[in-house]
Amino acid sequence: MSKLKLATVWLDGCSGCHMSFLDMDERLLELAEVVDVVYSPIVDTKEFPDEVDIALVEGAISSVDDEKKIKKVRDHSKMLVAMGDCAITGNVPSMRNPIGPEAILDRAYIQNASAQPQIPCVVVPKLLKYVRPIHEFVKVDVFLPGCPPSADTFHTALIALVNGGPLDIPALTRFGA
Amino acid sequence: MTIEELEQIAKNVKQENEKYDYEINVCMDLACASQGADKLKDALVKAAEAGAKKVLVRRTGCMGPCSHGPLVRVDPEERLYRRVNASHAEAIVKSLGGAPVPELQCDLDEHFDKQVRVVLENAGYIDPEKIDDYIARDGYKALLIVLTEMTPSGVIHRITESGLRGRGGGGYPTGLKWGTVAKAAGDVKYVVCNGDEGDPGAFMDRSVMEGDPHRVIEGMAIAAYAVGASKGFIYVRAEYPVAVSRLTTALREARRHGLLGNNICNTPFNFDVEIRLGAGAFVCGEETALIASIEGRRGTPKPRPPYPASSGLWGKPTLINNVETYANIAPIVRNGGKWFFNMGSERSKGTKVFALTGKIANTGLVEVPMGIKLREIIEEIGGGVPGGHTFKAVQTGGPSGGCIPADMLDVGVSYDALLKMGSIMGSGGMIVMDDTSCMVNVARFFIEFCMTESCGKCIPCRAGTAQMFTLLTRICDGTGTMADLALLEDLCSTVKETSLCGLGQTAPNPVLSTLKYFRNEYIEHIVHKRCPAGVCQMEAVKSESEVVA
Amino acid sequence: MSVETDVKTLVIDEQEVSARAGQTILEVARENDINIPTLCHLEGLSDVGACRLCLVEIKGSNKLLPACLATVQEGMEVSTNTERLQKHRRTILELLFAERNHICSVCVSNGHCELQTLGQEQGLTHIRLPYRNPELNVDASHERFTLDHNRCILCTRCVRVCSEIEGAHIWDVMGRGINSLIISDLHQDWGSSACTRCGKCVQVCPTGALFDKSKIGSDHPKYPEFLPYLNLMREAQ
Repeated sequence: MSKLKLATVWLDGCSGCHMSFLDMDERLLELAEVVDVVYSPIVDTKEFPDEVDIALVEGAISSVDDEKKIKKVRDHSKMLVAMGDCAITGNVPSMRNPIGPEAILDRAYIQNASAQPQIPCVVVPKLLKYVRPIHEFVKVDVFLPGCPPSADTFHTALIALVNGGPLDIPALTRFGA
Repeated sequence: MTIEELEQIAKNVKQENEKYDYEINVCMDLACASQGADKLKDALVKAAEAGAKKVLVRRTGCMGPCSHGPLVRVDPEERLYRRVNASHAEAIVKSLGGAPVPELQCDLDEHFDKQVRVVLENAGYIDPEKIDDYIARDGYKALLIVLTEMTPSGVIHRITESGLRGRGGGGYPTGLKWGTVAKAAGDVKYVVCNGDEGDPGAFMDRSVMEGDPHRVIEGMAIAAYAVGASKGFIYVRAEYPVAVSRLTTALREARRHGLLGNNICNTPFNFDVEIRLGAGAFVCGEETALIASIEGRRGTPKPRPPYPASSGLWGKPTLINNVETYANIAPIVRNGGKWFFNMGSERSKGTKVFALTGKIANTGLVEVPMGIKLREIIEEIGGGVPGGHTFKAVQTGGPSGGCIPADMLDVGVSYDALLKMGSIMGSGGMIVMDDTSCMVNVARFFIEFCMTESCGKCIPCRAGTAQMFTLLTRICDGTGTMADLALLEDLCSTVKETSLCGLGQTAPNPVLSTLKYFRNEYIEHIVHKRCPAGVCQMEAVKSESEVVA
Repeated sequence: MSVETDVKTLVIDEQEVSARAGQTILEVARENDINIPTLCHLEGLSDVGACRLCLVEIKGSNKLLPACLATVQEGMEVSTNTERLQKHRRTILELLFAERNHICSVCVSNGHCELQTLGQEQGLTHIRLPYRNPELNVDASHERFTLDHNRCILCTRCVRVCSEIEGAHIWDVMGRGINSLIISDLHQDWGSSACTRCGKCVQVCPTGALFDKSKIGSDHPKYPEFLPYLNLMREAQ
């Protein structure tokens, strides 16, 4: 049986989910026997491949760039897994929602700037008015809550997803876990 | 006060009225008053004084067809004049005994012919601030009959026999409710009149309280005798200052005539009524919230049971009826239960007052026998949709009612038939919509009303109506998806089935009924990004929420 | 003879149980280890039937009844966990999560929160409804405690414990509908209110809306069990 193509994507999140993913430690080797990591912040590939079997997405949708990326990921993935609370609820990035992006940008780039206070207009993608979970933009197949989901959760869930076995997510994890 | 004294007052009034050759009745209800009916009345008084004929100019309550106001009726000819202003006063007085004033004439025969006036029988005929006027039209006769000839159980029997059902919305059999309160254990009991009419477009209760306040008081006194209460409260919304002042006057007059107070009509029966003002919360029309409000607490509903009939005001057995229900009591006592039972449809007896509003020629108050077809109310009595537009739907029952489409207009109006069509009788608001109304937008309007009027106590109503409003707004502005529609339907079922009180349980009705009968309009908004009625402004289709520059 | 000997038998989730007349369905269910989710209910406080999570189905009636208030009737057949109830419970919890800014990961009550636990128990993995993201204040004016409106679910346990048990009634609800807000006194800062500093409201708060300042960022379990005990001792006096 050929290996499944696994991608991991990092949007607006702290990368903690990726760290927790790596915390699977030696079980990563076990996983590597059944999946190929074809795209990830921890591998070199720059472009999202055309065909991916399982895409794990960390982080919320906060900018026009995130929005573009998640649509591409969805278009080229058979199964999309929202990984962690940011992807599922907006979590910490969404804490700016009640006050709006202008106030955030002002605090970060004007009030707290030691030199040349200005809001960047190139390179940095434009922020959306609200930080939203992934499923408000594209269809999500599996939700894996947690901040971050534990390595055990990752392991149990991924093995079940790869093998197509039963998966009781609420028994494994919850919001904020 | 005895029957004889009452009859003497009536006789005196009649003798007094007979001194006049003509009566000019000026409607001074809100719609007419807002167009200068008070100045008109002054001008008529002046013109009458100047003229040779003996003319009585009288202020009255609502005559019905408000859209034609200010209205004036000249008796004994029963000539109705429309759109009258002060400059017409002299012409009207001059025309007495001769031909009617041509430019003021109105042809509303069709409007009145199909109506049967029980609740509104005095409205437009009496001065609401004169108890003698009311007594002259058999007022307080029923109370005296009850006190001197009937037992409490006899009264309840008569009400039960009449088949009267609560006019506040639920349609609970009134006799049964009275019987329950009468049987409830306890020395102290209360009767409460629910005058917290808050439905947009409904003004039946206001007109009754303003146009014929004694009828409500008489109904309450009879109820108090029947259930064994000696204290009553009328809960009126503060937005009805005229009703409050008319009721205050009426209570004072009734006390002065010994029709309220201790040992009424030399019987051991004591009863008095206090007015309590609402503070603008729609939910206080819900009986448990109303009780909380009268007690001086935050107006939020409580789960029932216990029902107010066993534990109401300050934990005592309490009878709560709506204004219109009480207004039906005196005629039922006078004319017998059978008389009332013979009017109306199989399971909805008597008449019902409706407030016709929206896209209809004769907006105003109408009273019709139950069972009458919606089509008759709208096309004949209401005069149909004006301006060459076509009828689209009628919304009954206030914000918690449903929208009924054109092909169901031949259904007879009754509690059960309306429920079957996904609407409710409610208190009797009837809003007519034509082809210029967008049904999604209408649903959104009513959900917004329920959202702002939710008390916030239970989660489904508090947060559910807010979420429904968000989803409907998305659909209206063209950013909604089919997933949003599915979510909306899902929310409707949860809010309907799990909300604590009637407000939440019925809040989804406008959405459910428009989805049932006008689903294509929702689909047009979502899939084709267009509003068939041209009401909703579609946002340019865009990716996500506005991008920040 | 007396009321207390009046025993009712009924069926809850196909299990035959007996109960004293006047007991609520919830009481009887819990005595028999049948779990009915609750949020506004707390043993020791009056019941308001506001959260609607404990709604149960009664055979022969289409109406759902709150188990915390509905009393047992002879021969009644109660279902506490049908598909219909599960669907409604999940939707109600979703409504709560989306109503205010519940960020579990940074909440003092993470791991001890009744809302969070219920969400997991009822199988919530995401919220289908759009988040409302209201702008809400945090009242940190009190010397010992903080009220974070972002995490408040308006269960009114704090209002009831302050009024019924402490007797101070500094908490109440202001506003209507989605704009309802817990306030102290007449909408003053908590710190300048007539608060007795007893901390009962903090202990009964099911979420992280009320918390002890000394425990910010640390494990903050709550101990509402003191209530029935306190009531028992008061009755004994």
